Amino acid sequence: MADMYQLSSASLDALFAAISASGRRILAPTDRDGRSELNPVTSPSQVAKDYVQTALSAKDTVFPKVERLLSYTLAPGQVDLADAEPQAVPTVVFGIRPCEAGGFQALDAVFNWDTRDRFFNARMEQLTVIGMGCTRRDDACFCTSVGGGPGSAKGSDILLTPTAGGYLAEVLTPKGEAIRALAPEAFKPAAGADRSMLVEVPARFDQPALTAKLPALFDSPLWAEQSLRCVGCGACAFVCPTCVCFDIQEEADAKSGRRLRAWDSCGYHMFTLHASGHNPRETQGQRWRQRVYHKFSYYPERYGMLGCVGCGKCTRACPVDMNLQEHLLEASQA
Amino acid sequence: MELREKAKQLLESGDVKAVLGFEPGTHGARRPAFARSAARAERLVHDGEQNLASYVTRKEVKRMGRVAVAAKAPVLRALLQLMAERQIKEQDVLPLAVDAAGQVKELATAQEMEEHLALEAQAIPPADRELMDRLNGMTRQERWAFWQKELSRCIKCYACRNSCPMCYCDHCTMDCNRPQWVPVPSHALGNLEYHMVRAMHLAGRCVECGDCGRACPVGIPIHLLTFNAEESVHAQFGQKAGASSKLDYALSTFRPDDKETFIR
Repeated sequence: MADMYQLSSASLDALFAAISASGRRILAPTDRDGRSELNPVTSPSQVAKDYVQTALSAKDTVFPKVERLLSYTLAPGQVDLADAEPQAVPTVVFGIRPCEAGGFQALDAVFNWDTRDRFFNARMEQLTVIGMGCTRRDDACFCTSVGGGPGSAKGSDILLTPTAGGYLAEVLTPKGEAIRALAPEAFKPAAGADRSMLVEVPARFDQPALTAKLPALFDSPLWAEQSLRCVGCGACAFVCPTCVCFDIQEEADAKSGRRLRAWDSCGYHMFTLHASGHNPRETQGQRWRQRVYHKFSYYPERYGMLGCVGCGKCTRACPVDMNLQEHLLEASQA
Repeated sequence: MELREKAKQLLESGDVKAVLGFEPGTHGARRPAFARSAARAERLVHDGEQNLASYVTRKEVKRMGRVAVAAKAPVLRALLQLMAERQIKEQDVLPLAVDAAGQVKELATAQEMEEHLALEAQAIPPADRELMDRLNGMTRQERWAFWQKELSRCIKCYACRNSCPMCYCDHCTMDCNRPQWVPVPSHALGNLEYHMVRAMHLAGRCVECGDCGRACPVGIPIHLLTFNAEESVHAQFGQKAGASSKLDYALSTFRPDDKETFIR
């Protein structure tokens, strides 16, 4: 049971000031030409007022689009190898939606599956998530179809739920408690758990039934048909809070080099292309199927959770409106 | 005849295997749609924004056979340029121009496409023109700072490349890894090299549809780079991409009367 407080809108100033004074950077949604994006802020006045979602996800706070894993120098008869140290900055992510906060668990499942990834973990340890319950949604949202909800606490250290004049603040973890302790006067005892301002997100499809059905749909022509308009870019994967596929790149010359980890996307025609020239996912339809199956069949099978939080960022980012929810509904009915 | 009726007629007669148009999508927006049956043709509309010509060079679409394409001016320009570059043949596609009253006109030959296009003014949208003018009014340092800031937000998802009707290379230089010409990751150098190569590769080939900019999930006005390169080529050599199905590519041709004002 979380500790519940009320936090007035005015007291956010004190909270932000205390977080900044503690040496943590605050990342929050800010407006930019009609889009929201996460940027460093120091005051609540900089935070976007009216957003459904940021265009990009917060995953790059723990899984950046590119990071160095190691570097080396070469000299005659000698190789000097140096491990890279993770650049983990103490960070508070403020105001991301509950769906996205839940997405960190899907990243954790992969980065701590067998080997514990020290880059991911170093950043995760330095990250505190202050989630913000949703009072608005749009057509791309489908959190309630994948086990989430506009007031879901999963993945947040503190969950704020908007109320008249402020927020209901649920302190959920020791990291959240550490933030509360920075500005204890801002957190007043809550009279009750008022969640009346949360938006309703109707459930769109029966996910357990879909997951059960997918193995039998593997050879269905549905995937090729759905993906006809897909242009094969990586926008969906790169904005996704749970997409975790990466590529390892070596950038080197005759004297030195570095090994980098960079985001990869199953939409690309070179994804899983073998050195022989064979690609088990040769067509866009097969690659689109992989995207759906990875999230809704392989993730449940391997990690006991979904690889999708229903945030709808992919749908909003897609240049040709590959609406995920609609495609999943179609698969459910196939 | 309206688009849906025409599409049904073409599909039923077997004249084409698919009709590319649009259908209503999320938030009431338009998205590309492939009608391969009369039933699917019932949902077709013509007033979408994407340049559908980007699909006609794809393997999956080429395998279908002849396709009809709802064709606004940028689509016609792209199709002509693709013919000029020998990527498609006249008989591979049937462009369907739709007039203000919703009536469809078949443009079965490159000549008909060229004649139809000649009636349409080609203009860069006012908001883009304004930003281009502002950029061109900057000092080189200011412009460099503008683009560095914009490109730092690039995530290298290649939505711009993959939406572009003129980016049809089966194996893009960006994807070459033996040897690797351009860094793959989205770091400062990787982003800059990618966008420089893209702009240069589209100089004199960009049909000014603006799809690359529309596709960008983070809103970088990336289309202005190719618009500007296109205008430079036009100013230097008097050519516009997509005006003709006959190849006359300025950047691969030397003529004694070239202006060469850029060599100083």
